[in-house]
Amino acid sequence: MNVTFLFTALIGAILLWFALAWKLRTKSWIVKGVISEDGFSAMPAHRVGLWVFLAVVTSLFSLFIIIYNERSTFPDWRPLPDPQLLWFNTALLVLGSIALQLARDAAKRDQLAAIRVNLTAAGVFTIAFLAGQVLAWRQLTDSGYFLSTNPADSFFYLLTGLHGLHLLGGLFVWAKTTMNAWRKPDPEDMSEAAGLRLSVQLCSVYWHYLLLLWLVLFYMLSSS
Amino acid sequence: MAYVAIADRDHHLHDPQTFITKYIWSQDHKVIAVQYSITAISVGVLAMVLSSMFRLQLGFPDTFSFVTPENYYQYVTMHGMIMVIYLLTALFLGGFGNYLIPLMCGARDMVFPYMNMLSYWVYLLSVLVLLASFFIPGGPTGAGWTLYPPQAIADGTPGVNGGIMLMLLSLAIFIVAFTMGGLNYVTTVLQARCRGMTLMRMPLSVWGIFVATILGLLAFPALLVAAIMMLLDRIVGTSFFMPEMLSMGDQNAHNGGSPILFQHLFWFFGHPEVYIVALPAFGMVSDVLATHARKNIFGYRMMVWAIVAIGGLSFIVWAHHMYVSGMNPYFGFFFATTTLIIAVPTALKVYNWVLTLWRGDIRLTVPMLFAIGFIFTFTHGGLTGLFLGNVTVDLPLSDTYFVIGHFHMVMGVSPVMVLFAAIYHWYPKITGRMFSDTLGKWHFWCTLLGTYAVYLPMHYLGLLGVPRRYYAYGSDFMPDSAYTLNSSITVAAVFVALSQIFFFINVIWSMRYGEKAGSNPWGATTLEWQTPDTPPKHGNWGAKLPTVYRWAYDYSVPGEKQDFVPQNVPPRAGIVAGRDHGVHH
Repeated sequence: MNVTFLFTALIGAILLWFALAWKLRTKSWIVKGVISEDGFSAMPAHRVGLWVFLAVVTSLFSLFIIIYNERSTFPDWRPLPDPQLLWFNTALLVLGSIALQLARDAAKRDQLAAIRVNLTAAGVFTIAFLAGQVLAWRQLTDSGYFLSTNPADSFFYLLTGLHGLHLLGGLFVWAKTTMNAWRKPDPEDMSEAAGLRLSVQLCSVYWHYLLLLWLVLFYMLSSS
Repeated sequence: MAYVAIADRDHHLHDPQTFITKYIWSQDHKVIAVQYSITAISVGVLAMVLSSMFRLQLGFPDTFSFVTPENYYQYVTMHGMIMVIYLLTALFLGGFGNYLIPLMCGARDMVFPYMNMLSYWVYLLSVLVLLASFFIPGGPTGAGWTLYPPQAIADGTPGVNGGIMLMLLSLAIFIVAFTMGGLNYVTTVLQARCRGMTLMRMPLSVWGIFVATILGLLAFPALLVAAIMMLLDRIVGTSFFMPEMLSMGDQNAHNGGSPILFQHLFWFFGHPEVYIVALPAFGMVSDVLATHARKNIFGYRMMVWAIVAIGGLSFIVWAHHMYVSGMNPYFGFFFATTTLIIAVPTALKVYNWVLTLWRGDIRLTVPMLFAIGFIFTFTHGGLTGLFLGNVTVDLPLSDTYFVIGHFHMVMGVSPVMVLFAAIYHWYPKITGRMFSDTLGKWHFWCTLLGTYAVYLPMHYLGLLGVPRRYYAYGSDFMPDSAYTLNSSITVAAVFVALSQIFFFINVIWSMRYGEKAGSNPWGATTLEWQTPDTPPKHGNWGAKLPTVYRWAYDYSVPGEKQDFVPQNVPPRAGIVAGRDHGVHH
């Protein structure tokens, strides 16, 4: 585990180095006058903000994953049965992600009707996913696997719960975006359409990320 | 041109109208910075009072009886946690990060002002939750600031009923607040710099705060994970960290938890935390030194690289806090090596500060005194770090006063020296008035000499083997010859605490009666000193954003009339673009 971790850290450091080195080599004490720096500045701030936030979430869940792998090698680890329902839930989340991607494509072409339909569908799929997760919890507690029965159970509830919380946060933004999409558009206001396009785009990024995260968690939880 | 700074776009600024939107529910980064600072300093004062109280107990165990053993552990715990998280982190990043980033980058405000406001109010909530633990039955937790399980949530530890839960909850809330603030700082530095402000033209203060924020964003999740899991252990009875054990003679209900796991998580956060505090301090002290020495910072590029390198390395040294937890010797060897490697960029920075002073036109103003004081305290604290970084030396010294002396010098006194330097340095900009020089100098000398009187003897006590965390020392734990020395530490600690009164009188009195400072009293080059109004008004820059033509350290440039050239002054006519004048390279 430590080797893996160090290896990733090393790779990350090298990448960071390459990304920054060309910029950090500037001899800023020599060059006078206006220099423009493109790159990040061309990107909308909200987008950068989201990616930084995703880095934070990645850090959070990576730590959980490392701990999980460490802990699951202990002899007292009693893995719990994976409810079949989780496969169905996974399909729902995939559908949600696809719907958001369609909404994003529609936003690129300014097709408001398609945005509305796909955006709403994405939310419905996601809510269904969350309901399915709660149902899976119910199934587990009914068969006697409680939060504190075994560390395997504790981790299962904790990780699925945290993932669900992140989706709930996403749904909050989704609700705002959907309300904006259903509002009667003002044909004069160009920034409104651009704002909607950006919101849909950011939602889709977040959803794809949480889908990917779920796939990793699902694989991990069911393979221990 | 593709470059349109976000702040240049014509979006509507949230103009504050009433007293409430202007000073309370404010989205202005400067007001939020002051709110953060006042809150952080207030809890900091509380933590300082707590330290004086437990020091009285330690220095004169037979004279004072108002500190019980339970209180002693609670005070020590709260002192540590408040100082590290709620004072230093909040003041450096929430306070100075908020104030300096938009002003130094030439932005009108943070990129997400609403979230910035929320960040402060959530931070305040975390402080209130923490303080609430003083008023519940059982009081705050006495687990030590590292909150190691199992004892943190085992019966017999003070505050095990409510205190520990409020502590963990408060930490979780703080992390949410920090994440909201941190997203703002990073995005603002990346996206909202004014025209011409390239990354390599940013003042080192911004660099330090920027990298520290990234560290915080990646490291605080570890603390969040630990806090959530320990809360579950405590409330629901899971066994993430709690092993099966006998507690007060009874079998506990847990089994199989790993306390070492908590230590890894805690220090995976805890060590970067040292640099979350240190990097902004490094940055700000560089700016103070360059300004008051009227010289460009020595090795600007190297300073930036060192900040980035220290930031990266800080993630692979955490286990040097755990040498005594029974680790594989190879593991210890690895961490000893990385720990000693991190001394290289850090030492580079110290050399560069000293070389900045060398043959400078040094003005011994109050901020400069504190900045030079920092070089001393940081070097001393850093050197003892080399001792403790080696496994074989650490083993006998671990859990002695040597460790306390080391980390208080390096991450207690040193960042606080920079904080005072920074507060005095930017005070004229924040309030528009000058502070009293005399009071400031009294404050400096009392603080510097006083803290040395506190922490130098601690190293000696540690070498004698005096253990830390003990409520009272009989002659079993402290040789008789060291008793007077131990008491002198307490006298000095109370003296330092009292001498902070100079600071508060100065800051409060000068706000009203200080001389008007003018917009640039130190003759500084960075953008915050070039604002049209002092203190800067909402939106910072009046009608037009500044344009940056040069780096942040054009002090004493040969051929220029003044000994400083602000960043927003264009190169003079007749000078070949892209070439410095009169300097061979």
